[in-house]
Order: sequence, then structure tokens, then C-alpha cells
Amino acid sequence: MSTVAPSETPPRATTSHARELNRWWVVKLAVMALLNAGLLYAAYSALMVQEWAILGFTAVLLVVVNWVYVSRRMVPAKYLLPGIVFLLVYQVFTMGYTAYIAFTNYGSENTIRKDQAIEQILRTGDVRVEGAADLPLAVVRDEAGDLGFAVVVDGVVQAGTAEEPLEPVGGATVGGNGAPEEVPGWTVLNLGQILEVQSEVTALRVPFSDDPADGWVRTQTGSVGFQSSPRYSYDEATDTFTDLTTEVVYTPNDRGFFAAPDGSRLTPGWPVTVGFENFQRMLTDSRISSALLQAGAWTFAFAFLSVATTFFLGLFLAMTFNHPGVRGRKVIRSLLILPYAFPGFLAALVWRGMLNNPYGFINSTILGGADIPWLTEEWLARFSIIAVNLWLGFPYMFLIATGALQAVPGDVYEAARLDGASAFRQFRSITLPLLMISVAPLLIASFAFNFNNFNLIYFVTEGGPNIPGHPLALGETDILISVVYKVAVVAGTKQYGLAAAMSIVIFLIVGLVSWLGFRQTRKLEEVL
Amino acid sequence: MAVVDATGSRQQAQRVRWWRELSWRYLIAVAAILYAIFPIVFVLSASLSSRGTLSGTSGLFTSVTTVQYDALFDTLFWTWMANSLIIGGVSSVGTVLMASAAAYAFSRFRFRGRRGTLTFLLLLQMFPQLLAFVAILLLLLALGHAVPLLGLNSKAALIAVYFGGALGANTFLMYGFFNSVPRELDEAARIDGASHSRIYFTIILRLVAPVLAVVALLAFVGSFSDFIIARVVLTQQDQLTVAVGLYQFVSGQFDARWGIFAAGAVIASIPIVVLFQFLQRYIVGGLVAGAVKG
Repeated sequence: MSTVAPSETPPRATTSHARELNRWWVVKLAVMALLNAGLLYAAYSALMVQEWAILGFTAVLLVVVNWVYVSRRMVPAKYLLPGIVFLLVYQVFTMGYTAYIAFTNYGSENTIRKDQAIEQILRTGDVRVEGAADLPLAVVRDEAGDLGFAVVVDGVVQAGTAEEPLEPVGGATVGGNGAPEEVPGWTVLNLGQILEVQSEVTALRVPFSDDPADGWVRTQTGSVGFQSSPRYSYDEATDTFTDLTTEVVYTPNDRGFFAAPDGSRLTPGWPVTVGFENFQRMLTDSRISSALLQAGAWTFAFAFLSVATTFFLGLFLAMTFNHPGVRGRKVIRSLLILPYAFPGFLAALVWRGMLNNPYGFINSTILGGADIPWLTEEWLARFSIIAVNLWLGFPYMFLIATGALQAVPGDVYEAARLDGASAFRQFRSITLPLLMISVAPLLIASFAFNFNNFNLIYFVTEGGPNIPGHPLALGETDILISVVYKVAVVAGTKQYGLAAAMSIVIFLIVGLVSWLGFRQTRKLEEVL
Repeated sequence: MAVVDATGSRQQAQRVRWWRELSWRYLIAVAAILYAIFPIVFVLSASLSSRGTLSGTSGLFTSVTTVQYDALFDTLFWTWMANSLIIGGVSSVGTVLMASAAAYAFSRFRFRGRRGTLTFLLLLQMFPQLLAFVAILLLLLALGHAVPLLGLNSKAALIAVYFGGALGANTFLMYGFFNSVPRELDEAARIDGASHSRIYFTIILRLVAPVLAVVALLAFVGSFSDFIIARVVLTQQDQLTVAVGLYQFVSGQFDARWGIFAAGAVIASIPIVVLFQFLQRYIVGGLVAGAVKG
């Protein structure tokens, strides 16, 4: 409220400047303090979990931020830094990282670092201790709802979860069957509740102590526990695991796994670089390469047809209503751009419902109970996708064509009419070329956008109908980006390396198309 | 008599001309409007229907009830909606601030590396962030290990990812507008003793308000509609955005709940449609300057 407006200040303008600086100085100081605190916290936590890359980046950021904002110089950097930092981390780095992942075997079983994988194998591989006494047991939940066990060890009730080792619980009672009945601070599950989470209960391991070597309590029944001990021991000197029951030795192999001589391996593994293998698979694995080729061709056809159909419908409508005699043009325009204002992903899902066979509105009502497989027959599905995208995209083209048409001078048409040019000739030789100057860059942008129009494909058909028995579960209408999504997210065994390699290929295609297009329109020189 | 004849035939000629030049345009207008609004009318009708599935829909507005809207309260829809509004709102404000600050720096200052950075941004905007979602997933896995707030299943992390796309997509659109604000204004203010930050906040930002509105809207719509990155980053049901959540309603082959989906879709579309109506004038101008909406 106390903003010092320049007009209210005394003639010496420098006074107001200084006062303003003082007031903002406090705000600036507070923001800087918060930023520094946040960055220091991030650096400290990165140090604690030994994420050296994050620690290094945070430290550099800490120095740069203070340098830029405390210094009186470097004014442009003050404005650029926030955007650039996010850009570098979440776009530039991720693009570079994608390139790196493309040369590794990152995947479901190879996601964590080697030291983390070793720790996990130590923590999860176990074997029943033969001859050890059974422990009366109850399945419990702690206050946070995590499953745990309460067991009677030497007459003392102890309770713990997968994360919290067993601890004696004071005031617990033991029931008639020898198992804990009431455990203060824990909720004891009855048989029905145990059955509901049966698979979690049989997989649960509650450690005796913080040291994995002391072993765990497990159960098969939910009422009797048994002791288990680590199955594998890790030898740091030789970097090998030994199976304590069979004496088989597992050594690290070049696929990022500890493997035995007979080929069996311990999971999880860790990612290793595999050279051009992912790119090779795209070319030589015939099931993958043929699907990619098909998806690639369809992606180009889909993006091109989408731009062409939406542009010509939009242009046709713009020319139709551009006549000075048409009344209510404003009303027409605001109704026609409704599809543009309606969120695209919702519209795609609505169309999916309307095109459903046999229950969708189009088949059941408009066509009076027709049996047309709009979304489940290969070519009809492709047609439907382009038709839906026409609905989504024509208002945008209508708007830009209307804008561009108004910039075309009227006397050109006058001259053409005097020369006896037909309406079609006027359109082909005057309207279209003049329009293209301003609209062509937008058409290229629209092509690039549709090239990766994941939402439309995934929400209308999910890429289906499926190609029968395809190893990557791909469908006939999958475009390249939805193929990547299926390989990386939907598939049971996620292959991040392969997905990243496919992303790189799309990067290259999109970049090449945009570059060619923009060079054509000389946009590059114009902007710079 | 002769005069009357002449007017009559002129009127007739005008009528003939109207029929020939204009009547078909109105016919096309009616057809195009029907085509444009039909799916929207359909989803409105489905949201007011008492049936929850696709089967048995025989006409539009055969029944009008609010059962589908009531049923939304038994789902996490409102949580998703709130998540989407928070994520969309924050990422849209942040995007506008960061992109306009960068555009101001490029437009008003001459510094080393300016041209190089501009070219770099121009190239970068050809590569959608979406394509790097695998790397984003693995990056957030590692980040979350150290700072859970920036890891998977955190709204802040998703917003940070969207911030990463702020400069690439919008700086150029804004840069052009900033250049169209006369430099004499800044110079006059500087002579009066205004600091660079004061010139930015009180002079430039006000003059380029239309383009700020367009970028804010595009950023909001972009994060509101995003599926892949939101789906990869947010995994817990109560953390989902409305795009991922509504998709779940209808993704099942046999248990698709179209009635509830339609009600949710109507509500979810309201913020965007309203924003569009308010900003329509600016958007049409901004479109020709090269903005694409998803």
C-alpha cells in the first residue's frame, strides 16, 4: 500500500530509488536466505545418501546463485538464471541423459546403482534356518498402517515391521495358543484380515536387528513364525556373492548382474553400458523393426493428414465467412472455436465413447444400431483418429486463416477478376500463396506437434487394435511416441534403454523436419 | 409503372444475388456449428443421464438428473481437480515470470553469449520435453532418494519438470512482443531514476499484458492436459491429476464408468472454457504470432 510513486517523491529522484532499494532489500534478503537454506538442505541430504552428482550440482548452484544475486553487476543473469536452471536440469540434462540411457540396459531389473543392488540382494535373499525353534506369531499393523509381526521370543513379546527391527513391547499379553494376543501400540489382525493381505504377509520379513546377518522372522501361516538367515554372503575383496546353501559363486557379468557359471543370476542388477545394442535391436530384431517401420510410416501419414485436413477445412470455413455480406460472423466464430476451447484430452475420451461399438452414440443412435467397428478395425481406427483430430484442430486453423485472409489486399482480386481469372484460379494463384507466407511456419509447428500427439492416439484407441501376439504389445494405430510409452511404462518388463533409443530416433526426425521446414520459410534469419 | 418495375427487378436481382452468394454460406455455418458443438452437447447430455454406462443411450437429454454429479463425491475426483488446479496454476504463474524475465533480458540487455543462448533456445524448442520422459523418470528416482520433495509422487517435482519447459516454448513468443515496446520508455524511466527491476515490473510487464495472458493460458492448458509426464511422476491415487484420473474412469474394457466420466469432464472443462472466453481476443492475436495449443 505504501508504494512510492515517482510523482509523489521530491524532485531528487535518487531518494526514491534508495528508499525503494531498502524496502526491497528485506524481501530480497529473505528470499536469498530461503534459497540458501533449501540448497544447503539438499546438499546435506545428498551427502547423507551418497548421491555425489546431486551434491556437486547443488554446491555449484549455491555458489552461482549467491554470486549472481549478491553482485551489483551481471544484471541480465539475474533475469535469466531461474529459467535457465530449470531448463538445464529438466530439459537439457534430461535430453543428454536420454542419449546416455539409450546406450545402457536400464530397465525393470537394472535401475539402481551397483552398491544399492548389493545391499538389496543381501537384504532380500534368505533361507529358512533348519532346526531353529518355531516362534508363536501374530500379524500386526503399526500406527502408520504398515504390516509387521509380533512374536514371542523366550517368553518376551517383540514386535517390528520390515523397516523397524523387532523390539520388546511392554504390557503385551499372550493368548491361549501361545501367540501374542494384545500388543499395546499395535493392531493385531484377525484371520479374515490376514487372508485379505495374504501375499503381503507371506512375503514380509521382519529383521531381528539392524544387521542383516542376524536374519529375519517370516511366516507361511500367519500364526507360526520361522527364522530365516541371509542366503548370500558378499565378499568385497573378490566382488562376488556366495550362496551359503549350495556354495555356488556369483560373479558380476557385463550385463550388470551377479551370475553363476550355469547362467542363473541374482536380481536386482545395475545398469551397464551396452554400446549400440538398443539401436541394433531396432534395426535387426524383425518384430521390433517391422513394428517401428509401420508406426513410423503411420506417424508421418497421421501428422501430415491431420495438418492437411484441419487446414483445408479451416481455410474453407474462413473463406466462406469472410464475405462482407455474412451477418453474425462473431457468433459463428465464437461457436466454431468451442472445440478449441474444450480441453483436448477430454474431447478425445468423449469421442472414444461416442465411437464405441456397439454402444456408442454414433452406432447405436445416429446410425440406428449399425455395427461399424470404428475403433477396432485397423483402417477404420486410423480413419476415426484423423476424423477426431479434424474436429479438434479445425478451429485453430479457422482462426489463423481468418486472421491471415484479412491481411490479403482486396485490389489483387480486383485485378485478377479484370483479367478473367476464375474463382478457383484466384484461390490457387492468389489466396493460397499469399496465405502460405504467414501460415507456413504454423503448419510446420502443427506437424511437429501432431507428430508427438500422444494424448489423441492413447485416449482414442490406446494404439489398438492390437497386433496379435506382438512381443511389445503394440497396436496398429500406435505412433512412435506411444510405442516409446508402451515400452517404458506399460510393458511388464520395462526396457528403458530401448525406449530411450527410440526417443533419440524421434528427436532426430522431429529436429530434421522442423529444421528443413524452418529453413524453407527463412524463419531462422527473421527471428534473429 | 416503369419506375416500379425497375425497383422490382432490382430487388429481384438483389434477392437472386443473395441466394447465389450468401445463402449457402449460412447453410455451411449451420452444418459447421452442429459439427462443432455436437460432442459437447453429447457429453452434457450423458452427464445428466441416469445411466452410468454407454449401453442404452437412445437420445439426447432423455432424462435429466444429477446422480452422476453426486456420484463424483464418492470418488477422488475433487482431489484430482484440486491437484490439477494447483499444479496448473503454479506452473502457469512460474512459467510467465521466468519466460518474461528471460525475454526482458534478451530484449533490453546486450551481454556476452546473448546471440548464442537465443539460437540455442530456438533449436531447443523443436524438441518437446515429453520425449525425455524416461530420463525424467530416472532423474526423479535419483533426486527423490536425496530430496523426497523433488522425487516421484510429489506435486512440487512435477511443477519443477514443467518449469523446465518454460523457457524453451515461450521465450520467443514473448521476445518479439518485448521488442515491440519502444525503448524510449525505459530510457525515460531510467533518467527518472528507476532501477532495472522497477522498469521490468511496472512498465514492461504492463505493456505486454496480452502476451502474458496467452502464455499463462497455454502453460495452464499444457500442464492441465499433460498425461505422460504426470502419469510417470505421480503414482499414488490421491496425488493424480484430473487428466490421469478421468482416464482411469473409462480405460477399463468392461468396467468403464462413462456417466461419472461425463460429469467429471464437464466440470474439468469449465476452468479452461471460461479462461478461453475471457482471453479470446488476446488468443486470436497470439495465435497468429505462433502459439499452438494441445
